[in-house]
Amino acid sequence: MELHGYRRPDGSVGVRNHVIVLPVDDISNAACEAVASKIKGTIALPHAYGRLQYGEDLDLHFRTMIGTGANPNVAAAIVIGIEPTWTERIVEGIAATGKPVAGFSIEGSGELEIVRQACWTAIDFVQQASEQQRERIELSELTVSIKCGESDTTTGLGSCPTVGAVVDRLVDAGATVLFGETSELTGGEHLVAARMATDELREAFLTAYDGYVAEIAAGGVDLMGSQPTQGNIAGGLSTIEEKALGNIQKTGSRPVVGVLKPAERPAGDRGLYFMDTSSAAAECITLMASAGAVVHFFPTGQGNIIGNPIEPVIKLTANALTAATMSEHVDLDVSGLLTRDLRLADAADRLLELLGRTVNGRVTAAEALGHREFVMTKLYRSA
Amino acid sequence: MHKALAHNRGDDVAVAVTAISAGEDVLVLYVDDDGELTVRAQADVPYGHKVALQPLAAGAPVTEYSTQVGVARTNIAAGDYVHTHNVKTARW
Repeated sequence: MELHGYRRPDGSVGVRNHVIVLPVDDISNAACEAVASKIKGTIALPHAYGRLQYGEDLDLHFRTMIGTGANPNVAAAIVIGIEPTWTERIVEGIAATGKPVAGFSIEGSGELEIVRQACWTAIDFVQQASEQQRERIELSELTVSIKCGESDTTTGLGSCPTVGAVVDRLVDAGATVLFGETSELTGGEHLVAARMATDELREAFLTAYDGYVAEIAAGGVDLMGSQPTQGNIAGGLSTIEEKALGNIQKTGSRPVVGVLKPAERPAGDRGLYFMDTSSAAAECITLMASAGAVVHFFPTGQGNIIGNPIEPVIKLTANALTAATMSEHVDLDVSGLLTRDLRLADAADRLLELLGRTVNGRVTAAEALGHREFVMTKLYRSA
Repeated sequence: MHKALAHNRGDDVAVAVTAISAGEDVLVLYVDDDGELTVRAQADVPYGHKVALQPLAAGAPVTEYSTQVGVARTNIAAGDYVHTHNVKTARW
């Protein structure tokens, strides 16, 4: 299938053409939502944070904000914050991509005045974006993210192996793929470690994994009652190890060529990357979109309904009951893998074809249903 | 027609791909080598839940995906329903 996407000034390739209105902080959400409600074709990305953060947590906040604006699915960005310094820092970060970006700070002008100014800019950006044309792109230019949710035993038998087969094909074609879910690798972390391309990467991966597990243990708690979730257990998963081994099926079989911090953009070779993330769907996908992922594969068992405002999320399930009762959320039904009416290679063909159609503009179930979960990862409480 | 799928030859458990009733013979297919095994169900097993393929002693490791996925909390007979009541994580 020929693929057509949007080529950005920095050479990156997107599959959507969003004009976003990005709040620097929680108290600027209302202004961003006012702009987005007035100027059609823009989308506000309200979130809960951005005040009095410090250290590594503040670095992650900026990386997520700048990465979201820099994502190739974003044609242009309007940034609104309460104060000018942090607003400008995010504007400058996004401007490095060469795409249109403008920043507004509320103090000194007032919220209504800023909304008025931002609306004028938003009209200009929407009109510019509306004249951008899709052009021929290659599979190798895509960054695809993967994360599963509401897993059950059908995930490990059907939907995750389907994604794994496609991930291998994408990596072989020269594309970039991101996976994460650090603590949810528990039980299979040795299998992931064994696939690291170098000893340095293996050490970096195990440092990230051990750090996450130690962070949980430092609270004097374990994940009993949380991992597996009640939904996982209802779906037949008995332990975190069993859940993890199903989860890992979706990463395919190729070597891992990089270990990324949360929201860190891959720099270097194309291929399969691990990112240190939470396993909560919205947090994880928000981080991956911030790292430049333009399409997401989401295998689900019991039926997670996650979406993302800038990255289309393609959902597949091998659970026939979920496919029947939650069909509005299912882009691809691979339940035939369990009845053996469908071969894995054929399921992978269908998913790859759906990827192509989604790249070319097909609206995913999550997009049609308006799922825009944008959730920042917070490392610790603010000052 | 198969009623359960096992990931790998040697695994202790298989996943029911249709609801299984106590007393029935369950045809199990292995995903890795297309091999077959029949086990008599000792209990009802809901769709997506697991059935034991061989006996396991209390405290023994439970294997799926050719990898340990937990520890048996009780003695488990071939054909038993396997879930959180008789298997726990080996991690905590």
